[in-house]
Amino acid sequence: MKCRKCGNAAVLELRRHNAAFCGPDFLEFFRNQVREAIRKYRMFTPDEPVLVAVSGGKDSLALWDVLIDDGYRTTGLYLDLGIFDYSVESRGKCEAFAAARGVPLLVRRVADEVGAPVPVIKSVTRRPPCSGCGLSKRYLMNRAALDEGMPVVATGHNLDDEAATLFGSVMHWQTDALPRQSPALASTHPKLVRRVKPLYRLSERETAAYAFLRKIDYIVDECPFAKGATSIAHKETLNRMEDASPGAKHNFLFGFLEKARPAFERAEAVVLNECTRCGQVTTGTLCAFCKLADQVKRSL
Amino acid sequence: MKVVLRNPRREVEVAGNRRVKDVLRDLEILPETVLVIRGDDLITADQHVGDADTIELRPVMSGGV
Repeated sequence: MKCRKCGNAAVLELRRHNAAFCGPDFLEFFRNQVREAIRKYRMFTPDEPVLVAVSGGKDSLALWDVLIDDGYRTTGLYLDLGIFDYSVESRGKCEAFAAARGVPLLVRRVADEVGAPVPVIKSVTRRPPCSGCGLSKRYLMNRAALDEGMPVVATGHNLDDEAATLFGSVMHWQTDALPRQSPALASTHPKLVRRVKPLYRLSERETAAYAFLRKIDYIVDECPFAKGATSIAHKETLNRMEDASPGAKHNFLFGFLEKARPAFERAEAVVLNECTRCGQVTTGTLCAFCKLADQVKRSL
Repeated sequence: MKVVLRNPRREVEVAGNRRVKDVLRDLEILPETVLVIRGDDLITADQHVGDADTIELRPVMSGGV
């Protein structure tokens, strides 16, 4: 198999693009996809400081790598979930990455903020583990950005993550979730920073290949609590569809973003308030994060 | 030939002297879900692997949302 650009031996075939690339040309393809995402959704400008949420996995470290190379002013944010050896190892990967590139990394411990680490949150709530974890991460990312005076948080969500989330929302017709699914969510309140997903055009196989070719030392093992997660079942379903029809995931997500999302966006009208306890944004009076922290405290 | 699998890490012996895509099909692994690594290189599914080769099939799925 030959590289589409230079004709040398290819290292990766991208069936959905009907193309294959050698290492250097794939890396350039990857960076161009990130640049196109940032341009198309006006995610941030070269002058804006960007808080990059990093987990130690391939996606977030690949994203940080591209942004650093393109000259953006980035700070990493690692949220220590307290998931045993998995968190120890993933934190180490982030710290080593930041040190090697001379970029700042903030670390926040979920246990300090919620009152207990993710394994305890999992055991004292009836939520699936990824639910309490995701809620805590979204809240703490926003608060860290506000504390640091940064206008935007970038996460490593890729095309597969976005397609799986969309699939889940459509399967349950969660019409309130559909308008919130976007590669870029604007700040709609002074206490809500912009959230962007510059990897939404790239599959997780592509981000894994980028991380491998750039020799990024990332955590390959998956989170021990991810086993059995609904999003993984959705990804497996989508991957079978992709195998039968290359481009299926891309068409599903991009078709939604271009054709369907605007209709749901018009239908949504949400009033945002400030949480009576912590001051962060909520649609109610007490935010979901404070309710979760209460639940954890009651059970300890 | 030897195939290294992850999550959990383990090794299996399979017949070599055929294309990567045939090995993947035998192991019922979709090409979209793994990187195929031989030594320090990524290889494509049409490449031939020999009986003495070792390849790693590194899963690319991350999850839990």
